Amino acid sequence: MTATSLKELSRSPDRLASGHRLCAGCPESIIARQVLMGTEDDVVVSCSTGCFEVSTTIFPYTSWNVPYIHTAFGNGAATCAGVESAYQSLKRQGKIEGEIKFVNFAGDGGTYDIGLQALSGAMERGHKMVFVCLNNEAYMNTGIQRSSATGRGASTTTSWAGKESPGKKEFPKDMTQIMTAHGIPYVAQVAPHAWKDLVSKSAKAFECGGPAYINAIAPCPRGWRFPSDQTINISRLAAETCVWPLYEVVNGTDYALSAESLRIAEGKAEKKPVSEWIKSQGRFKHLSDPRWAGVAESIQSEVDRKWKTLLRLCGL
Amino acid sequence: MSGHHTDIAINGDSAVALAWKQIDPDVCAAYPITPQTIIVEKFAEYVADGEVSTEFVCVESEHSALTLCTTSASAGARTFTATASQGLAYMWEMLPIASSMRVPVIMAVANRAVSGPININNDHGDVMSARDCGWITLFAENVQQAYDMSIIAPRIAEHHEVQLPCLVNLDGFILTHATERMAPLDDAVVKKFVGEHKPLHPLLDVAHPVSHNLLDGPLYYFPHKYQTVLAMDKALEVAKEVFCEFEAVSGRRYEAVEEYRCDDAEAIAIVLGSSFGTMREAVDRLRHEGYKVGVAMPRLYRPWPIADLARTMRGKKTVVVMDRHLSVGSYGPMFPEIVAAAMENGSVPAMYNYIYGLGGADTMVSDFKKALADSIEGRAKRVNYLGVVQ
Repeated sequence: MTATSLKELSRSPDRLASGHRLCAGCPESIIARQVLMGTEDDVVVSCSTGCFEVSTTIFPYTSWNVPYIHTAFGNGAATCAGVESAYQSLKRQGKIEGEIKFVNFAGDGGTYDIGLQALSGAMERGHKMVFVCLNNEAYMNTGIQRSSATGRGASTTTSWAGKESPGKKEFPKDMTQIMTAHGIPYVAQVAPHAWKDLVSKSAKAFECGGPAYINAIAPCPRGWRFPSDQTINISRLAAETCVWPLYEVVNGTDYALSAESLRIAEGKAEKKPVSEWIKSQGRFKHLSDPRWAGVAESIQSEVDRKWKTLLRLCGL
Repeated sequence: MSGHHTDIAINGDSAVALAWKQIDPDVCAAYPITPQTIIVEKFAEYVADGEVSTEFVCVESEHSALTLCTTSASAGARTFTATASQGLAYMWEMLPIASSMRVPVIMAVANRAVSGPININNDHGDVMSARDCGWITLFAENVQQAYDMSIIAPRIAEHHEVQLPCLVNLDGFILTHATERMAPLDDAVVKKFVGEHKPLHPLLDVAHPVSHNLLDGPLYYFPHKYQTVLAMDKALEVAKEVFCEFEAVSGRRYEAVEEYRCDDAEAIAIVLGSSFGTMREAVDRLRHEGYKVGVAMPRLYRPWPIADLARTMRGKKTVVVMDRHLSVGSYGPMFPEIVAAAMENGSVPAMYNYIYGLGGADTMVSDFKKALADSIEGRAKRVNYLGVVQ
């Protein structure tokens, strides 16, 4: 088990070095560091093509102090699974020693869309690996195009808000539920403002003895249109509005809300209206137009519907 | 000759699986596709019976198969897979990535036509799409050679000055499903010949962390690609050395370019794969009729054995290039490369191109005889579509 006090965490090794090329205010390095604090074992990191990959490994430099591998976009899970398979084989044959953990970082494109098949396959096969989605809700690396993780009403460069369109028309795919349906040992939804929750869920993921999936909301200042010093506040707002509830599912059946979301469920903390979420980001700016009032309402209804379902699954 | 035991009757796919059982790789990730499927089925039997120590991963697609194999090899494991046709097409994204990552993955390709229309029979359309991807490419003429090439391949690919992935081609159905007589090597001979895998900079050496496959700007991309050119050049030299070593343990001699009755021939055909045997029969019959003909087969398609091909063609009046693939709107894919190799001699013979056998279209000895005779007699066009009514 790993440390979760700030003092102890501050002494953990710097597996991802500073000096990478991520944008100011980007939470991806924060999330990755929190995830990697979840194990004290050696770790091999893989990345799907995307912001995080290009920003940490521009030849002749690398930000990685641990073994790192990347191959392509849609195959992050297979990239990680190949290394894990080699490890299982070589360890069984006595050709290598020691405990090594495996983690893949992918964006929502590399998870929800092009990466879905390889991810589903790897989870079904039971590779001992943690797949982390850095979910910034669009193709940010190529310039803010919509993905199936993009929220309804968001203006992106392929789902513009225009005279005839309120931005993206569809609600996002519920990837956490899709991964839960795989019946894998551990699935969790996390957010970088809830650092202790994120580190302890990562520890559970690494120790679950099989495949684990962590879906991390990754507020993107460039794509979501908010000031780069607001990342952690936006992350908190995602949990407070229940747009992004924090919870975990063990073995595909045992649901539990995390402390922050549980307080809302128990009425000990306010469930903030989705309008606060919408107002906080420029990608939803057009929704203040009375013409699109119905869109904002529909987002609130969908968040409420999904929240109720989650409470039922958690036995609340 | 040592390590030679009783001949067996076996089909091409099973022969490849047998070679890999004897090699006993660390990892195999594969996806079924006709006519390769027997390879993975047979290998899965070896896994189920505990005859290999391989981590056998039944992936959900060929894209993941080659991804797994690539990163498993990067991690330090000896890794192989097999595919065909659409499978190779689906893997395509990973082909140049594997070679640029310099992983010695071995992949058997049970050559099959590429859709569409969908067709499960033999031609070389699948592997020709891989020709520019930086993979060493070996061709087998018969079941024995499919087995032998499978054992030879890791020795070339894993050589520390090569470190490139390798394709072992065997014609779909014609070899994959045909039972032939074959002389396997003893397990111990194979094990000793292939040797211990000594990967360079394996990812699992956690004490020495390395980053694999970084983003290259224009300053680095081209120089890095050029390194694979040098590695591929080296592969030709290494292949010839390995062929010699293989002869010492098997008694079977392989060349970068295989020749049959080429020495005194005035006209030669150049073919790939199982057609080499058919063409040898055509050559014998034409010789009987007084034609001075021969046939050659490049054992290696990549690296392309330019000097060896030039030597084979030196002084010939006519060269007939048989392509089992179509490059719509141009010559067959091998033809321009044969012409370019002939230019090394300073003068180029009369050269003709025959496209034949696509999608498993039957090609008889009589067809090959006619192609050669028509080329010699000046009746052939520059590009001919054998058996297609034009």
